[in-house]
Amino acid sequence: MEGLNIPLNHILLVSTLLFSIGMLGLMIRRNIIFILMSLEVMLNAAALAFVAAGAHWGQPDGQIIFMLILTVAAAEVAVGLGLVLQVQRRFKTLDMDSANRMRG
Amino acid sequence: MGDMIWLVPLIPMLSSILLMLGSGSLPRVIIGLLGVCSVGAAAVLTLLVGLDFLANPQPFQMTLWTWMQVGNFSPGIAFYFDGLTLVMMSVITGVGFLIHLFSTEFMEEDVSYARYFAYLNMFVAAMLVLVMADNLLLLYLGWEGVGVCSYLLVGFWYQNSANGQAARKAFVVTRIGDTAMALGLLLLFTQLGTLDIQAMMGVANEQWQVGDTLPLIACLLLLGGAVGKSAQLPLHTWLPDAMAGPTPVSALIHAATMVTAGVYLIARTNGLFLLAPTAMMIVALIGLATSLMAAFTALMQSDIKRILAYSTISQIGYMFLALGVGAWTAGIFHLMTHAFFKALLFLGSGAIIHYLHHEHDIFKMGGLRSKMPVTFWSFMIGSAALAALPMTSGFFSKDQILLQAYLQPDAGPWLWLGGLLGALLTAIYSFRLVFVVFFGEAKTQPDGDTGWRMALPLVVLCGLAMVGGYFIIPVAEVFPVASGEHPANWVEYVSISVPLMGLLLSYLIFHSGQLNVDKLVNSSLGQWLRRFWHSGWGIDWLYDRIFVRPYYRLSGIMVNEPIDAIYGLIVAINQTFNHWLAESQTGRMRWYIASMVFGLILVLTLALQISAEAL
Amino acid sequence: MVMVNLILILLLGGVIAMLSERAGENIPRRVALVVIMLDLAYLLSELWGMPSLTQLQAPMPDDPSTWLMHFKAQWIPAFGISIELALDGISLLMVLLTLVLGAIAVSASWTDIAVKHGFFEANLLWTLAGVLGVFMALDLFLFFLFWEVMLIPMYFMIAIWGHENRGYAAMKFFIFTQASGLLMLVATLALVKVNHSATGQWSFSYFDLLNTPMPEQTAHWLMLGFFIAFVVKLPAFPFHTWLPDAHTQAPTAGSVILAGILLKTGAYGLIRFAVPLFPEAALDFSWTAMALGAAGVVYGAVLAFSQSDFKRLVAYSSVSHMGFVLLGVYAWNELALQGAVMQMVAHGFSTAALFMIAGSLQERLHTRDMREMGGLWQQMPRMGAVAMFFVLASLGLPGLGNFVAEFLVLLGLFQISPWITAVAALGLITGAIYSLILMQKSFQGEPNPKLQDHGLVDFAGREMLTMTVMMVALIGLGLYPQPVLDMAQPVLQSLLEMTSVEAMP
Repeated sequence: MEGLNIPLNHILLVSTLLFSIGMLGLMIRRNIIFILMSLEVMLNAAALAFVAAGAHWGQPDGQIIFMLILTVAAAEVAVGLGLVLQVQRRFKTLDMDSANRMRG
Repeated sequence: MGDMIWLVPLIPMLSSILLMLGSGSLPRVIIGLLGVCSVGAAAVLTLLVGLDFLANPQPFQMTLWTWMQVGNFSPGIAFYFDGLTLVMMSVITGVGFLIHLFSTEFMEEDVSYARYFAYLNMFVAAMLVLVMADNLLLLYLGWEGVGVCSYLLVGFWYQNSANGQAARKAFVVTRIGDTAMALGLLLLFTQLGTLDIQAMMGVANEQWQVGDTLPLIACLLLLGGAVGKSAQLPLHTWLPDAMAGPTPVSALIHAATMVTAGVYLIARTNGLFLLAPTAMMIVALIGLATSLMAAFTALMQSDIKRILAYSTISQIGYMFLALGVGAWTAGIFHLMTHAFFKALLFLGSGAIIHYLHHEHDIFKMGGLRSKMPVTFWSFMIGSAALAALPMTSGFFSKDQILLQAYLQPDAGPWLWLGGLLGALLTAIYSFRLVFVVFFGEAKTQPDGDTGWRMALPLVVLCGLAMVGGYFIIPVAEVFPVASGEHPANWVEYVSISVPLMGLLLSYLIFHSGQLNVDKLVNSSLGQWLRRFWHSGWGIDWLYDRIFVRPYYRLSGIMVNEPIDAIYGLIVAINQTFNHWLAESQTGRMRWYIASMVFGLILVLTLALQISAEAL
Repeated sequence: MVMVNLILILLLGGVIAMLSERAGENIPRRVALVVIMLDLAYLLSELWGMPSLTQLQAPMPDDPSTWLMHFKAQWIPAFGISIELALDGISLLMVLLTLVLGAIAVSASWTDIAVKHGFFEANLLWTLAGVLGVFMALDLFLFFLFWEVMLIPMYFMIAIWGHENRGYAAMKFFIFTQASGLLMLVATLALVKVNHSATGQWSFSYFDLLNTPMPEQTAHWLMLGFFIAFVVKLPAFPFHTWLPDAHTQAPTAGSVILAGILLKTGAYGLIRFAVPLFPEAALDFSWTAMALGAAGVVYGAVLAFSQSDFKRLVAYSSVSHMGFVLLGVYAWNELALQGAVMQMVAHGFSTAALFMIAGSLQERLHTRDMREMGGLWQQMPRMGAVAMFFVLASLGLPGLGNFVAEFLVLLGLFQISPWITAVAALGLITGAIYSLILMQKSFQGEPNPKLQDHGLVDFAGREMLTMTVMMVALIGLGLYPQPVLDMAQPVLQSLLEMTSVEAMP
């Protein structure tokens, strides 16, 4: 295969970085929207790792899993946004920590 | 006739059960009849068996059934009958019958008439079991049985908590002695392999030498029981308080029968005590010390029943002295005569109390001689016998004790001197009672004199107190033969004259007033001694401080269960952890995620570490 | 099969009692009484004419046919777990005591249960079923199962029908018993494992486990596991603290069963399992156990004296009395063991009766506090007389069962250690002190003016009948204990022989 030949390790490093950024966001952000975005970043980090691995071994599996992750992410965003709306309605805020009671 | 003896305790027992069951429904006449006649029947049976026995003095043993059989431990519900048993049974049923009769009038107005006779009958039954028992375990049954009856009867008027207090004191103090006795039983069985008294003494004679340690320990433990029951030092404090019961009860239980159980026990196990001369000496010394202590105390009392109570303690001290010096027969003889005259005195005081509106203070009486002639003469005769004036029953028994005490090889003359001092004091305090109560001016008017049911027992007991000294008790076979030696004549003369001197002193001080002791009494030492003796030598006070209060304090500290505090600690630690862990359950997502991440990192690091090491 | 039926009757009876509440709230107690009586009658009819009953032989551990009854069926063969029940003299005594006291307990709760009548009687019957199982099971796994079965209904009885502080008491009871039961389970599993590695066979059977060879250290720890489970139940000092709370808070029937029967399972366990399974370890341990027993005798008595709650006082008196059982078991000679067995029976009656009196007082006065009582004899002479009888029994009056028991224990113990005996004998004195103070504070003394117009009702027919049964039993045990002694004798003898052979190197 001609063209750009990036070593697998570099891609995995980027993927790890992305994942860590997402996780950090998950931990330190209080706004639900940002938490959801962080989740997306983490999912995409995983997806990137799959694509890279699939390319490395010349297997289609990586891309298949990438498709799966895309759908999962879409579904997750749909449910997540629905919840965000509910939280917004109930607590009049998007602060995650204000929803720390088991019963509303 | 002999095989009927099991009926003797059974009849009063059945009557007692009947009275308890029918306490609500039986008419009073029936109750009285049942109570008196059951003991009367027991007395008649005793008489018949006794006549039989006297004609053919052959001790016999009778087993009803084996109480329990475990290994080689097989005490029976078994009776043993010999001269000593006969004497005891006669006293119990005879005096018991008279006191029951007396009670029908004394308790006439009491609400709990049936309960009274039920207890009293039960007492007679238990006391009979005690003296008839063939083995020490059955004796112990009777022993505890009389203790319980005494408890029930002292606290008979239970609405007054002071009576309850006295009753509990009586039971617990004697129980201390009883526990020592129980340990003695354990020791005797463990060592000798049987509790049958006769067999046991036989084995003991083979197995032990005179002066060994084991018989000494065994005897001291038995002695513990005896001093408890017979109100001797140091366990005598319950008896004066036990006067809270109805007076006939004091006459029967706390004068004539139960309190002499200790004397009986030692006399019955004389074979053991002979193996332990030290124990005998201790018995004699306890007896002497008690008799003196109680005599001094009696001199200072003003409650008529307490005077008699201390006098009882003092007289039983004489019996212990007799046993301790080996004068077995004299001791038992004194037991019998004492039962007569002390029952007489107690019943007499009961009559006074009954007709004098429950007055106990002798200084509020006075001049009763003409108002209550029967009672007066009872007291005259009873006091004469108590003081051992010549020709009364008490004279014969006490004289023997004093003479034999003199002959005791180790400390004879000293014991004798002590006994003499006691005799002097006895004469003084007993006639002090007579002079104060019956002579002088009348301070309280009695309601009348005794009816026949009270008078008859008094008269009969008067007779017995006079002539009882001429009885010959058939105990020669029971005890080892006495030496038969006699002390010098002057000893005898002194012994006779001392009580007379006491009478004279008493007359001079308390009646004619020619001998004025006010100065002596009012001196500071006199006052102090007076208080000291009046309080019974402060022994009650002492026990209160050493035993009673610490026990209360201990139980007060323990009331909240110190052990539970340890478990409480475990609970507290758990709760603390629970609290901490509950704190971490904040409900904040970000914290959970953070802890997950760090946990994951930790686990991964550890896993890498381990796999690295594995490589 | 008889033994299985005995347990099944009670279990099914419980279900019927629960369902019968729909027919009326007075029905369940009748059902319960009938079920227990039926069970008792069934047992007696099976025993009737059994030739071995008059001449009991010593039950041999290696020959089940020497036992009075023996039943074995496969249950989980892979692990050697079977349903193995057997009856010898001691178990039979305990089973009879259980059924009689069970009937008495139903009578005791005749009027004081206000809610869920059916469920109450069901729990009572299920507890009894568990207890019967404990007394008959010879498979250690089955034993553990029954041990738990008797615990849980009892927990409900305290937790649902108890008095003011029932939640705490029930939880305490449950945790103590459960924790100690788990120790026993661990010890059982370890013992089975040790046996497996020695013989290559899985078995939970008592007979197979009896002669398990094991190192001294192992035996010691396993013995301790069983010991703690049983002495918590007994209960012995210092594991007794659940008992005053549980007894005080339980409804009357619960107290009767707890004190009368459940405590005896601990004593039974010691005699049947803790000592025979590990004779040498138990011998080494006996001094500690006896010291605990003597401490319990005195400690319980002192604590009893300080109580002002009628039931709590009686509860502590149980601690004191059970100390004698522990002493008797670890003195491990015939006299002391007979005393311990006797104490189990006599204490069952005397304490059950005292708890019933406490229950009757609570029902009438709505308090257990003795400071609120006083002079009750005046209004309730019959109850007073009955109480006096049982108080005297409990302080060990000769002529009643408890005396025979305590004396035999002390007699056996004296041969082992006179000093421990002397300490335990202190219990006779302290026992008198707390017993009499109980009588003084409640029935004697000045009548409490607050109670004068209470219209207190004295014992009537049903109560007097129940009490008379127990009084007759105690007098019988006190004057002619031989039937009980004879029943226990062969068992004790075989146990003694077994352990003495074991103890020899």
